[in-house]
Amino acid sequence: MEIVYLAITLAPLIGAATVGLFGRRLGRQRSHRVTIAAVSLSCLLSLFVLSRFAWGELEPYNETVYTWAVAGGLHMEIGFLIDPLSALMMAVVTFVSLMVHIYTIGYMHDDAGYQRFFSYINLFTFAMLMLVMANNFLQLFFGWEAVGLVSYLLIGFWFTRESAVFASLKAFLVNRIGDIGFLLGIALLLAYFGSLDYQQVFAAAQAQPAQMITVLPGLNWSVITFACILLFVGAMGKSAQIPLHVWLPDSMEGPTPISALIHAATMVTAGIFMVARMSPLFELSDTALSVVLIFGALTAFLMGLVGLVQNDIKRVIAYSTLSQLGYMFVALGASAYAVGIFHLMTHAFFKALLFLAAGAVIVALHHEQDMRKMGNLRRYLPITHLTMLMGTLALVAAPLFSGYYSKDLIIEAVHEAHRGGATLAYWLVLLSVYVTALYSFRLYFLVFWGKERIDPHAKEHMAHLPRYVLRAMEWPLILLAIPSVVIGYLTVEPLVFGDFFGQALFVAEPHDVLHEMGRSFHGSWSFALHAVAGPALYLALAGFLSAWFFYMVRPGLLPSIRDRFATLYTILARKYGFDELYIDGIAASSRSVARLLWQVGDARLIDGMMVNGTARTIGRFAAMIRGLQTGYLYHYAFVMILGLLVLLTWFIGDWRGWFV
Amino acid sequence: MLSLLIWLPILGGILVLAAGERSQGTTARWLALGTGGVVFLLSSALYFGFEIGTPAMQFVERLAWIPAFEVYYHLGVDGISMPLILLTTFATVLVIIAGWEVIQYKQTQYLAAFLIMEGLMVGVFSALDAILFYVFWEAMLVPMFLIIGIWGGPNRIYATIKFFLYTFMGSVLMLVALIYLRYQTDSFGILDFHGTALALSQQVLIFLAFLVAFAVKVPMWPVHTWLPDAHVEAPTGGSVILAAIMLKIGAYGFLRFSLPITPAASMELAWLLIALSLIAVVYIGLVAIVQEDMKKLIAYSSVAHMGFVTLGFFAIFDIFAHTGGVEGSGGAVMALEGGVVQMISHGFVSGALFLCVGVLYDRVHSRLIKDYGGVANRMPIFAAFFVLFAMANVGLPGTSGFVGEFMVILASFQANFWYAALAALTLILGAAYTLWLIKRVVYGEVANAQVAALTDLNAREFIVLGVLAGAVLLLGIWPAPLIEVMEPSLQHLLQQVTATP
Repeated sequence: MEIVYLAITLAPLIGAATVGLFGRRLGRQRSHRVTIAAVSLSCLLSLFVLSRFAWGELEPYNETVYTWAVAGGLHMEIGFLIDPLSALMMAVVTFVSLMVHIYTIGYMHDDAGYQRFFSYINLFTFAMLMLVMANNFLQLFFGWEAVGLVSYLLIGFWFTRESAVFASLKAFLVNRIGDIGFLLGIALLLAYFGSLDYQQVFAAAQAQPAQMITVLPGLNWSVITFACILLFVGAMGKSAQIPLHVWLPDSMEGPTPISALIHAATMVTAGIFMVARMSPLFELSDTALSVVLIFGALTAFLMGLVGLVQNDIKRVIAYSTLSQLGYMFVALGASAYAVGIFHLMTHAFFKALLFLAAGAVIVALHHEQDMRKMGNLRRYLPITHLTMLMGTLALVAAPLFSGYYSKDLIIEAVHEAHRGGATLAYWLVLLSVYVTALYSFRLYFLVFWGKERIDPHAKEHMAHLPRYVLRAMEWPLILLAIPSVVIGYLTVEPLVFGDFFGQALFVAEPHDVLHEMGRSFHGSWSFALHAVAGPALYLALAGFLSAWFFYMVRPGLLPSIRDRFATLYTILARKYGFDELYIDGIAASSRSVARLLWQVGDARLIDGMMVNGTARTIGRFAAMIRGLQTGYLYHYAFVMILGLLVLLTWFIGDWRGWFV
Repeated sequence: MLSLLIWLPILGGILVLAAGERSQGTTARWLALGTGGVVFLLSSALYFGFEIGTPAMQFVERLAWIPAFEVYYHLGVDGISMPLILLTTFATVLVIIAGWEVIQYKQTQYLAAFLIMEGLMVGVFSALDAILFYVFWEAMLVPMFLIIGIWGGPNRIYATIKFFLYTFMGSVLMLVALIYLRYQTDSFGILDFHGTALALSQQVLIFLAFLVAFAVKVPMWPVHTWLPDAHVEAPTGGSVILAAIMLKIGAYGFLRFSLPITPAASMELAWLLIALSLIAVVYIGLVAIVQEDMKKLIAYSSVAHMGFVTLGFFAIFDIFAHTGGVEGSGGAVMALEGGVVQMISHGFVSGALFLCVGVLYDRVHSRLIKDYGGVANRMPIFAAFFVLFAMANVGLPGTSGFVGEFMVILASFQANFWYAALAALTLILGAAYTLWLIKRVVYGEVANAQVAALTDLNAREFIVLGVLAGAVLLLGIWPAPLIEVMEPSLQHLLQQVTATP
């Protein structure tokens, strides 16, 4: 199987290198053919691997590919760990990536950077695969940073736009804050457990879970808790959790296909994947899991609220992504790792679908993203409309749709969990169901129903869009809509209640909420019927009705409501002021400190006083000495006589007696 | 072999000078390139002929030089110095190509200066006799002094004097220490100095004397201020050699002299060196953010990156303390290796960044960031290279810049959580100053008419940057061959450091 795994990773790398280096010579068509062929190969092989795991025909694979370096006896290696967890991730990543590749033919059809774009998304696929297939922390970190790099390059893809370049820099820097935590977490694990290899670290941690580290004299922390929290800080950066979420909405400056691929379906879920992968460590620390739970719940609720007041179609979906990532962390924090990964998978399909559908709208309207300039588009874009409706229903957890299974299970799992913060988290995720339905249908009604508010130029453009552009975009929509609808129904049983993950996810006995829930699970169909018994369905329905009422029935009411809750509206429109705090607060003051260090520390103190000061002092001293060397013979003669006198007095004169 | 590597470039330099007298230009250039190329090829024999797995000196040559004082012409390399020699010969070839048609004024002298300097730098890295080392060490300053003084920018006189006095001040004290050691050991052999029994008070004095010399070269905070000035005024080639090789000589000194000769004092004063290293990472990292001159920015970035080298070297004592002695302290080896890898990587990356700035400077004749913007519109290939090297400077995995930083951070965590935490701030600071530079120079709309008139890389520039890009990626993807070479020597060094009571 090793050759298969190598082919899965290397195909997109070769594709990226080929098109990256020779894209101009290859031309557009051959470039997209090469990259799509590469990612198709990866996708087919990944699905093959996944199916073999699903039928139980394949044993987990954990081998080194090559030794990166050996330092002081520590083997740092590049190697693969392929188990059901990574196989599922590989399949999701390559499938969504393939859809996005095809879609890009349409979306980027008139862009000058066509080949560059294909090269980047191929490279991204490679990096993401390295991340999920890693069997050690070195490679995990490599993948982690490499996806960050491609994200940076793609957010700033339109590099002449100031806002895009700014967003890319912001994304990189905010992610790097998380990476500090991540790297220190890795260093801590290495320092105490002596390895970078997952299995060795897990084994050592299980063997000695009670070690303490002295952070400050007198302040001792549990190594495992500390390490888990540091790793989670990394996850907060990559998966955009409060307070490191600020880069994700701005990342919408990048072209829409990558918003779907990187900033919704795959890269931003790396944090969730990582925590699930580290489940043997997190299970040893209730504190760390509580932290994960609380941050996830806060993000799920607070970011959903911000989504209510956005007018840019992509930003609404971006805030929705933040909120859904929060849900996934809630699942992890409740020790329901399988549910977290399950939601990751369903979300990858329906969120990619939503983004790509939004992208189709944007392209049709000639890069118009403001929902206030849309409306009634179901008449012009019927397939987009229908698929987007499917995605929306999945997102709001309508029964039988994929999102229903994953989200309802999260709510139930956190309800069952007995962990610090679980009650708070339960209420937050429950309320978020209402919020989700409200912003989702707000978007849906504003874009596809109601009055037509389209700019005439945009309408003109829409009428003359080449056929192939729409085709290239509609096929991926359809292919993503299918799993968005059915994947939950089909896979909930094996993934969550069955034994699909096996040893890949570890849950300690007392934390095993899924085991409890499994007792009352009697198949997908009855689980869907079961929805009428819980509060979530009614909250979602209420959200739908509110959206319908405010945006379809009585749109005139909105301004007065906004005025009545002006403070709340301002807080949400300002996104709680995080950006101001970071940009005007932290970044600006760091620059001031830096200027101070440079101009006062370096220029005035070190150079001014020490370096040039020394030179000046020596200079002055020399000037004084120089005064003695007058060059006049009689001065010298006089000094000589004076000296002679002193010497004579010293040696000959009986001067000692003078004092006696 | 080593003699050849020292004297061939010096001879070549003299020939270039002579050739330049008669025929202007081409002959001298090809002669210089030929010499540089042959020396590089010869030096690669050091790598392929190197016996891995032993800390002993290899390719040793030993002749009596001044018998009256027992001074020997004694050369040899181990796993620490050999990669540095390769780096030297490699960088010199690139510098010769980079100066091909850019330097108009007294080009033959310019090329000759680099060749002569190459020989002297190889001499520094291979000398095993203290006096021989000292002679090379001082002589090396002269060509660099001339390069900055003759081919430098408008403020070059101030910069050269500052450079010369700063570095000279340190070396005088070093000479005193070397002579003192001669009387303690009855030898000028550097290897004889190792493991000499010295009282702590003696060690501290010797250590401090060395410290001044090496800290200036590295440079460490607060004796770093000559570097930004020297870089700003130096021509591109000068900056490349300065950053890629000269800074490494200070760090090399710590490994060859300070640690093995005065281990007890090193341990005693490790806190100071670590503090200075961390100040370099954080303070200098901040200062780099607000620079307005591209070369100054990269110069400050160099100081911050060299902070990792010295942090790695001096964190070993705390690592021992925490992991219970040399046995089982792979962390200490990793710290040293991280430091040395960082030296090599920084040679590639900072050299490449200075070459990138040189490419822009040759076209626009400005180093100020505000004179640029939107360069990628006109120079897409150049932009790709510049971004790649920037990412290496940021320490992205897969590039050489990652390897050393990663190892030093991992290892220093074993010494103290806070060392690692402070050092890890470079993840943000490095990204902030490097990528903000990229944002302002490379991205955006075409800023002005001069940028609009830019042309992309020519073949010569493409080759130079392409070769460096290959080196940066290769070292990032597979550092094992480099680390393998140095490991026995560094293991041996660790034993020396801990052997003396």
